[in-house]
Amino acid sequence: MIKTDNRISQLFERHEGSEKIMSLFLTAGYPDPEATVDLILGFEDNGVDMVELGMPFSDPLADGPTIQYSSNKAIEQGITMAKIMEIVERVREKSDIPIILMGYINPVLRYGVERFCQDAAKAGVDGLIIPDIPIEESGILSDQAEKNGLPIIYLVAPNTSDERMRKIDKASQGFVYCVSVTGVTGAREGDEVAQSVQRFIERVKANVTHNPKMVGFGIKSHEDAQRIAADMDGFIVGSALIDTIREHYPEQGWKDEVFAFVRDLKYGKR
Amino acid sequence: MKYDLPTKEGYFGDFGGRFVPEILIPVLEELEEAYNEAWADDTFREQFHHLLEEYVGRPTKLTYANRLTDHYGKAKIYLKREDLCHTGAHKINNAIGQILLAQRMGKDRIIAETGAGQHGVATATACAKFGVDCIVYMGAEDMERQKLNVERMRLLGTEVRPVTSGSQTLKDATNEAIRDWVTNVEDTFYIIGSVVGPHPYPKMVRNFHRVIGDETRRQLQEAEGRETPDHLLACVGGGSNAMGIFYPFIEDESVKMYGLEAAGLGADTDETAATLTIGQPGVLHGSMSYLLHNSEGQIQLAHSISAGLDYPGIGPEHSYLHDSKRVNYISITDDQAMEGVKLLSETEGIIPALETAHAVAYLDELMPKTSKDEIVVLNCSGRGDKDMGTISKNIDH
Ligand SMILES: Cc1ncc(COP(=O)(O)O)c(C=O)c1O
Repeated sequence: MIKTDNRISQLFERHEGSEKIMSLFLTAGYPDPEATVDLILGFEDNGVDMVELGMPFSDPLADGPTIQYSSNKAIEQGITMAKIMEIVERVREKSDIPIILMGYINPVLRYGVERFCQDAAKAGVDGLIIPDIPIEESGILSDQAEKNGLPIIYLVAPNTSDERMRKIDKASQGFVYCVSVTGVTGAREGDEVAQSVQRFIERVKANVTHNPKMVGFGIKSHEDAQRIAADMDGFIVGSALIDTIREHYPEQGWKDEVFAFVRDLKYGKR
Repeated sequence: MKYDLPTKEGYFGDFGGRFVPEILIPVLEELEEAYNEAWADDTFREQFHHLLEEYVGRPTKLTYANRLTDHYGKAKIYLKREDLCHTGAHKINNAIGQILLAQRMGKDRIIAETGAGQHGVATATACAKFGVDCIVYMGAEDMERQKLNVERMRLLGTEVRPVTSGSQTLKDATNEAIRDWVTNVEDTFYIIGSVVGPHPYPKMVRNFHRVIGDETRRQLQEAEGRETPDHLLACVGGGSNAMGIFYPFIEDESVKMYGLEAAGLGADTDETAATLTIGQPGVLHGSMSYLLHNSEGQIQLAHSISAGLDYPGIGPEHSYLHDSKRVNYISITDDQAMEGVKLLSETEGIIPALETAHAVAYLDELMPKTSKDEIVVLNCSGRGDKDMGTISKNIDH
């Protein structure tokens, strides 16, 4: 069971009204470790409700070019698991924004599952998303995660059967991550997402009943988000954010550009 | 010793499994079911074996290597001649098996990854034979090293997509193939080229290659009046030719098995692909196995003179056979492999693939310890034509 003082569950409990919860994915150590901390702290003042902090991996096989790029950059600049924990700690000194660590299992295994869960919990992490751990393989992580009060968030995809969605809903804690399109991560043209997504959303609504639902993959604008997340609790944006950082970093005032983009995502252009 | 791995969940001891994004789970479940059904269906098996006979040219010969045997003056050496398969390596056994399965499942878009280009060529060949579209992902660096195979694939009507991410070799080609797969799950069948990847691939690819070992048993019985050799050698990249010949002998405890992996410049250097010799367990490309990765779990670049062994992982079953000590895994350097190429060429008139040459090279160490009444079988996984560029660059006459 997820603890009642977990920041993720508190976020969804607190949440009311029609405004969608916005979660942003950011690669830890991109564009550099210092900037990661500043960005997360700045996010909070610009409408971001939750952060998925990506743990870079050399072989991100479920990611498109954007997150491959940011992951490689972060690794080149020497990001380590210890530094990722440090980033979380530094954010935690000033902020209570929910932080989820998201990434492939191999760096976690190499760091040591027990040590990872202990250090993550100590640093102030609120949950884990490990896309290459489907529920069948969860045993490798779940005991230590549970012991350290770290909920594991599982994903459902457009080709997940109704029955399997219900199973995943049972296993997932915090929320269920609804991957709106088949394919790798990356911003997509609006139509591409919209066309196939409606039937999927209907199935999610019918089968994911225990957990809040967050939708992600391919969202790049406020309009995308409002449409796709209409029946969800909120939405997740990753690649479009990283593309924006990439466009402006390290220009003078690049962070302001990023925060402006983030505000637009949440509230629409004003 | 009864051996019936993998488990239902796809595990060989601690290794294997299905570490993939959710999108691939239904696809793998569908594949597993279709494979199990097909493999239990006589019609499918007949179709498969018919193609292996009529098209691939099986059974491949088990050649007594008399001059190589005389060279060492010890145990008798036999070569299982996978180099005689159509397209020049064992890889085609699996490509034919998987394309038959793809047809049965109604998937008409084929993708594959390739390192040396042998699996790419095998898949391109099978696709031409069946008239289906084929896309092969290949690291840009490998395309340079194995130009001839790139041309072969193109001639066969396959689109070769250069992969420029990461190290531009086999692991990156595999990443790219998986990205294509998750994007096109509905109509696409991914023909993996070795006993790697998520369950059921390691089992399925092994079973499509077990014909190598099954034939060897029969042929050895005919030649020597005994079904089992004393020593069995195969090179190991992902490990498919090795599993193909090892698997039918696993329960015969008297058969000593040796898997020869690529040490590159040396297993104690950074330029190596000696996964079992120096690697640590981890997850890459959907399964748990030994891997070359740094203390942060980032995958390291492998190096081998042979593109087909240039991979930082290994099939999960090999990791199990390593830990359980059923198979001895030894690493062979680039230089040793070059000596192996020369030795087999000069003594037997067979130019082996650089991959195969790693197994040949181990004879120097093994043979002095054997006796005259023993039998050694070496899996000659492929022929060396594709490597002539590399060979001529590295050989000193
Ligand atoms: C001739 C030959 N032998 C061996 C290999 C290594 O693959 P595996 O270990 O799967 O047999 C290759 C790979 O391309 C090959 O072409």
